Amino acid sequence: MSLPSPWRADFPAFAAFTASRQTYLDTAATAQKPQAVLDALLDHYAGGAANVHRAQHAPGERATLAFEGAREKVAQWLNADNPNEIVFTRGSTEGLNLLAYGLEHLFNAGDEIVISALEHHANLLPWQQLALRRDLKLVILPLDGAGDIDLQQAAQLIGPRTRLLAVSQLSNVLGRWQPLQPLLALARAQGALSVVDGAQGVVHGRHDVTALGCDFYVFSGHKLYAPDGIGVLYGRARAMAKLRHWQFGGEMVQHADYQSARFRPAPLGFEAGTPAIAAAIGLGAALDYLGEQDEYALAAHEAALHQRLLTGLRRFDGLRLLGEPHTALASFVIDGVHNADLSHLLGEQGIAVRAGQHCAMPLLHGLGLPGAIRVSLGLYSDGDDLERFFAALHHALDLLR
Amino acid sequence: MNLPEAARQALADFAHCPGWEQRARLLMQWGERLEPLEETERCEANRVHGCESTVWLVPGHAGERLSFRASSDARLLRGLLALLLVRVNGLTAAELAAVDVADWFAQLGLARQLSPSRSNGLNAVLQRIRALAADASL
Repeated sequence: MSLPSPWRADFPAFAAFTASRQTYLDTAATAQKPQAVLDALLDHYAGGAANVHRAQHAPGERATLAFEGAREKVAQWLNADNPNEIVFTRGSTEGLNLLAYGLEHLFNAGDEIVISALEHHANLLPWQQLALRRDLKLVILPLDGAGDIDLQQAAQLIGPRTRLLAVSQLSNVLGRWQPLQPLLALARAQGALSVVDGAQGVVHGRHDVTALGCDFYVFSGHKLYAPDGIGVLYGRARAMAKLRHWQFGGEMVQHADYQSARFRPAPLGFEAGTPAIAAAIGLGAALDYLGEQDEYALAAHEAALHQRLLTGLRRFDGLRLLGEPHTALASFVIDGVHNADLSHLLGEQGIAVRAGQHCAMPLLHGLGLPGAIRVSLGLYSDGDDLERFFAALHHALDLLR
Repeated sequence: MNLPEAARQALADFAHCPGWEQRARLLMQWGERLEPLEETERCEANRVHGCESTVWLVPGHAGERLSFRASSDARLLRGLLALLLVRVNGLTAAELAAVDVADWFAQLGLARQLSPSRSNGLNAVLQRIRALAADASL
């Protein structure tokens, strides 16, 4: 059974991959874009580019309407209360950096920031550096054997000095949905702010930030089938009001003289300089595209493929999965084989997977591994992609063993 | 081009290599030719960072001639290191500065291994070799 993807034809990149004999299994790094997104980019530029929020002329109005329309689409996608809770950023990393600077004034020496052992560097380093600047304690929540944040230990570690909890929704290495509801409840009970890194999670299923009850949620467009250079910071209105401005210039200012200035509130106050207008419009188009698909069929396809990936991997002697992935991806090592050798030989055979430390050095170090190979799936992935990957892995191991 | 004997051998081996499998086997064979490092040489000071694998580079020279030794925990990278060293060792620093290493790997059919997107570390090793050679001002 070949498990074809009914969405694959919507993504022109696969024609190019077929022609160049490449099998793309690195969607967790970045996703391919549907024709609808490419069309939106072309429409924006070919229809006459203009800057947003600055001009009285018709092209400026057209661009501003499209850009603000994208903001509304994001707000609806996440079920935010209103579009003012949506700040456009360059991506998840910038969103998290914005928070680490914008919230800095709330922290005093000795306060605690809590993250987990599985965080991507983007959700570690901004907090680590904030802790160093302000003499704070960075508390790391440990994981259990499956790859989840250990709730019992979290209940001990999230305490009265905790001012902020920042955790991933879905691990980019372990593929596990993290127990956000109980973690967020623990943070709320201590009056701490909560930040969810949705970079991987947002790609799989629809998530309701209001129901989730987090203060902030960040994600990147490029992993969600949208252009790169655009990302989203959602902030619940009350939490957003706590942010101090962090980048200055452009239309984020309300009034300026030579010696002082006043700034706009969110969202525009946090979008200094000309934003990635076309990319934002492209993100809106990606959400439109995803919204038109059959949610259940899509989830069923991703689940079936993921199951096949795990079943296929488990057939290889000496292969060890990292954690017990729920969805979207699987990371593994093979006993006695260096992951760099494997990735070299997979690359020779046109298999595009990720090898290395996956921007999570402390996690890999904690697992005692120099690196791992990660295979990741998108809605356009199909059973033939997996068969080619398995065959290439066999071949590589034959050569190496 | 004035190539050392081992480099001429490498060219003869790789230039007519019919496909990726044969090339991979050859790389592994060439990796076996690296002179083993002492345990004490596998130290932090000799580590080359910026590689996905662990790589050690031990500088040395015989008179004015460069004589590096290297190893890695990854087998194919050991082969690439061997192919780099056969082109570099025996040169003076001034001669090394004039060598187009990218072209060398291209002649071997391994151009992609030096491309900027590669995280295998060959580029980092090459930069370290160039820096060490320049410092020693041989």
